Amino acid sequence: MSGMWPLWEVFIRARRGMSHIHVGSLHAPDAEMALRHARDVYTRRGEGVSIWVVPSSQITASSPDEKDAFFDPAADKIYRHPTFYDVPADAPHL
Amino acid sequence: MDGSDEQEAAFYAIIDADGRIEPRDDMPEAYRRSLVRQIAQHAHSEIIGMQPEGNWISRAPSLRRKAILLAKVQDEAGHGLYLYAAAETLGVSRDELLDKLHTRRQKYSSIFNYPTLTWADVGAIGWLVDGAAITNQIPLTRCSYGPYARAMVRICKEESFHQRQGFEALLALTRGTPEQKAMAQDALNRWWYPSLAMFGPPDTEGGGAKRSTHTEQSMRWGIKRFSNDELRQRFVDMTVPQADVLGLRMPDPDLRWNDERGHYDFTPPDWDELFAVINGDGPCNAQRIEHRVSAHHEGQWVRDAASAYAAKRQRHLEGVA
Repeated sequence: MSGMWPLWEVFIRARRGMSHIHVGSLHAPDAEMALRHARDVYTRRGEGVSIWVVPSSQITASSPDEKDAFFDPAADKIYRHPTFYDVPADAPHL
Repeated sequence: MDGSDEQEAAFYAIIDADGRIEPRDDMPEAYRRSLVRQIAQHAHSEIIGMQPEGNWISRAPSLRRKAILLAKVQDEAGHGLYLYAAAETLGVSRDELLDKLHTRRQKYSSIFNYPTLTWADVGAIGWLVDGAAITNQIPLTRCSYGPYARAMVRICKEESFHQRQGFEALLALTRGTPEQKAMAQDALNRWWYPSLAMFGPPDTEGGGAKRSTHTEQSMRWGIKRFSNDELRQRFVDMTVPQADVLGLRMPDPDLRWNDERGHYDFTPPDWDELFAVINGDGPCNAQRIEHRVSAHHEGQWVRDAASAYAAKRQRHLEGVA
């Protein structure tokens, strides 16, 4: 029966001021049980102050096959980086 | 990945650059199969490993030791879950893996087929078995498959508590009465060679043992970083001075420091025994699987109830909406 339980991805905020970070996954019949399981499995040593659980089936991911083409628009725009610009060394606070 | 040379070249380019393979990347089918086998065996070992120690929860000598042991056994269940989840990223289901464990089509570490006869065995398991496991697992935190490596990082952090609590429990015994010290020595005598056997067969032919079949390929794939014998030596070198602190004698008359090698020389475990235990002839093989299968069946109503409750709530929510 557990095979029919959907898979959930677990995200944990380690401390206030930080983002939630993916820590792993688990099976659970519903969101509430997924939260409880996530607490038991992923925060046994005070690893978090907040948990998100998301059905794995709800995640849309970019395809690894297309990664070069998909991220290509970023590759040739080096002027988006501050180091692209030549400024005199004696100009302060730049 | 069935084949195109280009995909295979891309895979090995990542491996050779010491990069990480992630779930949706193309990978050779043999790499995927080998990982599923290894991760499943590792996951099974975690949950079967709950049994020898669970045997002592109700008889722990104090509330403190009982709470510690409960936390440790709970950790092992968690480790099993991290590893089953890592295996599932390779396209197998947890139910399928459990079924293979229950029908003896997949294995678990042979160490868990030995019985825990006294309370000192719980200490010896933490100190030696978890110590050996840590030695094996630390290099796996850099293994080429991302989800497996990440699971190992979490597990290694938790294992260090396991090893220290075992050492502390044994220390309490060796500083206790002569009977308690004898109990600790007896546990070391029984667990030392099975712990050495945890690293698997020797790297080369000899002593009538088979060559470790998977090592070479696993190293090429960046799954394994050190050979069985290298890890075993590392474990011996770490553990011998710890036995001195405990005031216990290693059950090996030929154990001595070798200045030339910069390592301890030691007697290897009985490989015939290892293969016999792996092939089902250990003291507890049948008992471990029987217990696992019955625990699974006895938990069925809990899983069914959780599913029924979730379905009922879902209907209720839909009715309200």
